[in-house]
This record gives sequence, C-alpha cells and structure tokens, in this order.
Amino acid sequence: MTLTATATAYRLHDVTRTYRQRERTVQALAGIDLEIDAGDFVTIQGPTGGGKSTLLQMLGALDRPSGGSVMLGEVDIAQASNAELSRLRAAEIGFVFQGFNLIPTLTAAENVDMGLEPLGLDRPERQRRIADALARVGLSDRHDHRPGELSGGQQQRVAIARAIAKQPRVLLADEPTGNLDESMRDEILDVLETLNGEGLTLVVVTHDSAVARRARRRLRLAGGRITDITRD
Amino acid sequence: MYGTYLRRELAGRKKQTVIVAVGLAIAIALVIIVNALSAGVRDAQSQALSSVYGVGTDLTVTGAQTEPGQGGGTRFDFGANDGATQDGTTSLSQSRLMTDMRRGTLDASTVSTVTGLDGVAAATGALSLTNTTFSGQVPDRSAQAPADGATGTRPEGERGGDGGSAFGVDSFTVLGVDPAASVGPLSSVTVSEGRPLTSADAGADVAVVDATYAASAALTVGGTVDVGGTAMQIVGIVASTSSDADTAANVYLPLDVAQTLAGVGDVVSTVYVQADSADAIGSVQSEITAALPDATVSSQSELASTVSGSLSSASTLISNLGTWLSLVVLLVALSLAVLFTISGVARRTREFGTLKAIGWSNGRIVRQVAGESLTQGLIGGVAGLALGLGGILLINVISPTISVGSQASGRGQGGPGGGGSGMGGPGGFGQAAAQATDIVLHAPVTPVIIVAAVGIAVLGGVLAGAFGGWRAARLSPAAALRSVA
Repeated sequence: MTLTATATAYRLHDVTRTYRQRERTVQALAGIDLEIDAGDFVTIQGPTGGGKSTLLQMLGALDRPSGGSVMLGEVDIAQASNAELSRLRAAEIGFVFQGFNLIPTLTAAENVDMGLEPLGLDRPERQRRIADALARVGLSDRHDHRPGELSGGQQQRVAIARAIAKQPRVLLADEPTGNLDESMRDEILDVLETLNGEGLTLVVVTHDSAVARRARRRLRLAGGRITDITRD
Repeated sequence: MYGTYLRRELAGRKKQTVIVAVGLAIAIALVIIVNALSAGVRDAQSQALSSVYGVGTDLTVTGAQTEPGQGGGTRFDFGANDGATQDGTTSLSQSRLMTDMRRGTLDASTVSTVTGLDGVAAATGALSLTNTTFSGQVPDRSAQAPADGATGTRPEGERGGDGGSAFGVDSFTVLGVDPAASVGPLSSVTVSEGRPLTSADAGADVAVVDATYAASAALTVGGTVDVGGTAMQIVGIVASTSSDADTAANVYLPLDVAQTLAGVGDVVSTVYVQADSADAIGSVQSEITAALPDATVSSQSELASTVSGSLSSASTLISNLGTWLSLVVLLVALSLAVLFTISGVARRTREFGTLKAIGWSNGRIVRQVAGESLTQGLIGGVAGLALGLGGILLINVISPTISVGSQASGRGQGGPGGGGSGMGGPGGFGQAAAQATDIVLHAPVTPVIIVAAVGIAVLGGVLAGAFGGWRAARLSPAAALRSVA
C-alpha cells in the first residue's frame, strides 16, 4: 500500500461550527485549534453533544466549518468546492461507521468495490485492490458473502477494507466498535493498529476507554472545545 | 459495478419493483388496447365507407334533399283485367324501380362538370334505385261488382275492403353504374363468380349481383333477376373486398339501362369524385360547391360521421371511456412509480449518505437512482407490451362483430311516401337496408403502438428517476449520516 505522507495530516485553526436547530443557534464547535501528524493514531472522546461527530465530519470533508480553516494537506476544506470535497472523500479519506453502513444486497468484495467506484480505476487494478484489502482484514475467504451472512466484527472488517482499498491519506472511524462485543472489538482494534503501524493516520471517535488506550493521542471534547490532550 | 448494484437493488426490493412494474404494465396494456381498438374502429369505419363509396372516393356529390311529402310514394295500379284468376282468386304482381324520393337527382352532365374542375383526378356517376315488387292475391271482384277501370288496391288489413286478400312487398337495391369508371362503388368489389360489367354492356339487360344478396335470393350466374319488370341476365357475382362487409347495393346494372328502366332520363343520384391528392380535397370541395350550388358535397370525414350503429357506439366508448380510463391508470401508475422512488430514496438516506461519504458524486448517485427507475419502467413496459399484445390477440380471437348502418348522403330509412290511394310507397328503406351490415372488429398492432408502449415506460422511468435523483442529490452527506446516527 502506498500512502501519501506529509508531516502534518490535518491542521485546524479556530474552527467553529454553528447551526440552527428549532429556532435556536447551536454552537457545535467553538474555536478548535488542532494539528494531527501523518501516521498518528488519535481518539476523540467526550460527552454526547460535545461536538465529536461534528469534528469528525469536518475532518472527513462531509461538512464545512462556519469559521476558521481545516487543512487536509494543502487543501482547505472550508474553501473547497463541492467537487473538490467529493474528490477528497473519494481519494484521500477513508470512513468507517459504527453501523458498518454496508450495502446489504452486495457481497463483501462488491461492497469494497463501491469505495473504488469514484476513482475510475480499470477492472484488473480494482480486483487487485479488493483482494489485497480483504486479505489485510483477514476476509479473503468471505469475499462472496453478503453482510447478512457475516458476523458484526466481520462486517466491520469489510467496512475497513472498503475504506483502505482506496489507499487513503487518513482513516476516520466513528465509534467503530460501538456495535461489537469485546472479542470482536479487540479483533477490529488489532486490524486498526496494524494499519496504523503501516503508516495510516487514524482518527477514531469513541466512548470506549479500551479503544482510547490503544491510541497515541487522546483528545477530550466538551462544549465544542478541546479540553484535554493526552499523549503516550 | 453500475449494473451489479442496479440489479441487486431491484432484486432486493422485489415487492416495490413488482408493484411499480405491474402498475405501469396495466397502464401500458390499457393504452395499447385502447389504441388498437381505436385503430380497429377507424378501419371498420373506413371499411363501411369503402363498401358504400368504393376505394379512392374523396368526395361525393348528391342532389338536394327534398321536402317531406314532395317525393310521392310508390304507386301500384292494377287494371280490372290484370292478374291471373283461378278458383275465385286473382294473383297480382308488379315491380317498380324508383329513385330515392327523399333526395333529388343530378343531371348526368354533372359528372363532366365535376371532371373538368381543377384538382379532380376522376369522377363517375351512379344512379341509386330501389326495386319494389308488390305481389299478392285478392278475391275475384268481377263477380262482386262491375269493373270500373283502374282501381287502387287497399292495403292489407284495411277494413271494409277486400277480405281474404294477402299481399307481400319485396325490395332490393339497384345501382346503375358506369362499368368503365375507376372510382365509385364497384372499385371496392371483387368478382367472385362470372365477370364484371364492362363498357360493352352498355344498353344490355345484364346485371351483376352482390354475393350476400345472391345467396339469400338463390341467384346464380346465368340466371335472371327481375328489375322493374324486366328480366336481367346475371353475368357476375361480386363481393366486397372486405370479407366482413356487403357491397353498396344488391344488384348492379349498366347506368343507361338503369336510367331507362327507372324512366328518370339522363340523371344520376351520386357523383363519386377522386381528388388529385389529399391536399386538394378541400379546394375541390369548394370548387364543386361553387359550380353546383344546389348539390350536397360531402368529404370522407363528413361521410364517416354518418356511420352509425354499434360501431358508432364503440367509437364513442373507446374515444371517451377508454381514453380517460387509460389516462387515469397511466397517471396513477406514473405517480406510483414517482412516489415509490421518492420513498425509496428517503428509506435509503443512510445508503446514499454513506456513498457520498466514500466519495460518490451527486451525479453518480442520480444516475444510479435514475437507472433503477428506468429499468423498473422498462420491466413494466415489457410486461405491459406482453399484456397489451395478449389483450389484442384475445380481441382478435373473439372477433366481436359490430353492426354498422351508414346513412350517408341522407339515404336512410325512409318513411312511407305520400302514396295515392291504395298502397303507400316504401320510401328509401331498401337502400338503408343494404348499407346495414355487421363488421368484425379487428384490433391491429402497429409500430406506433409498440413505440408508444416503450415511450410510456421510458417516460415513467425518467420521471420517477428525475424526482428520485433530485431528492438524492439534495441530501447532505453529513445530514444523511446524522439522521440515522
């Protein structure tokens, strides 16, 4: 796998995000300053409504900040066009969700292929990347199984394979172990640690302290502000 | 991947796919069947008209309609010594050949007048007649009262008259035609036995007979038929080119013979006109109207409106109920397709949010939704086409018959004429009877129907896809993921 590594993966400066909800203005992020190094493993913890998911959406180019800048490499997500954001999500960012978000009618290999679709690769290259990604999450023998035929842990591994097949700069995960039991959680954490060990930048939102303990940096977010940064 | 995803999605929600496809299929089948039936009714109308007016007739010219009572009725006069008397009963029989008393005739020179007009390709005249035969028996009155010359017979049932009398009236239609003409009623007939009338038959007592009438009256080639008291030799039997309709008249005679027998002089009752081209019909009609202000000039479309009977009812039913029904079902089916697609997009919010999160563009997602809708529509289209063609096949197998009565040129059922003493005239009923026929309704399949079915299916798919795609494109990926978090 070839990763495009720079010294800093993300650089956030005075990031704010407000939105209207039932006639009220909600401040989801209130001036975030943060740098995430390439190859780092960062977890974000905090109470519900503290801004974790909003921050992750900024990092994932799914949303734009109301103020400040979110630099992914040399691109400012706050200023980028919709097409540029799509391109970033397609090529630079891998996403893993708590509910796996696999398409139930497609097989594991086809679900992984969905992540490669926007890249416009030729068929042999896609097949090679699909096989490689499934092998790295230990699911080569389940490539033709549909999500309903896989355990929760296996489904999350398929989701990770879908995210890494595109060879992204960063992998963002929103409660990736939230729907899994303990053994499956460890299984997924092992996979993520391995990927991070290979140089992939990981940002994981979690409530689970066991997940946070595996990270090199642990951020705590409350009231839209970073209140604590812990480094190993 | 596009095809795989599309196929799996449609297969994964069979119920919705089936409902939309079935809705579209029913709508498309209805459109196909109504369309085919309309074409069938149009064919039947043109069949009915061509059997009366012949192939290629664009316009007809007829005499002005007469005022009620002006025409006079058929009058049968018997002298005291008429008939054969045997055992105290006198047998009487008399034939009369008459023009339609409800409509005036045209001078034969009208044909050359019309032929000389610009835009007229051909014209021919025909004399429409009714042969009425009165026959019956009356008691021998010479033994009861002194003969007083011509005495009109009393109608059957009249009290105080000739008790024990029995009369019958038989009639058939006769058309005097120009055998050399390329247009007119004989242009739409085929000779099933014997030979057609030819130019050499002018002045000869020969006739050709409609096949249906020949069968009912037991007439054969080589035999004779009594027309206006003259025995005409039957030289041919003719049938309509359409197997489902009769020809315009029961008996055809050379025009000059018909004129002489009817004693009407050099006149015709109808001039059949063929225009140079379809575009010229309007101007030719105007020219004829200007040249012959007293005549009635009718175009094919005006003639079509005179086709009556259950064909007319079928036409009305199809054009009203059928069209509206198919429109309503079509609207419901299209709405169903759109609503299901929109609700499908709403249900798949997380799926589309995920796809956007992993880099799918709005355009790619819209293409996916539109492709699914279009495929769904095409499935409905194919099913509808099969259903519609099956329906048409069923109609053609059942072959419903439709009665057609043409009252063209005002030649309808005539009332009793203003007869003199004795028997009132039969009016024009004989002609109307000849034009009443049963036509088998066929529902033809045309390429237009196939194209319409595919068009509706594509339209349904595109409409549903456009709405669904628009909804999917409007989804913000963050909101889509948040809504199911």
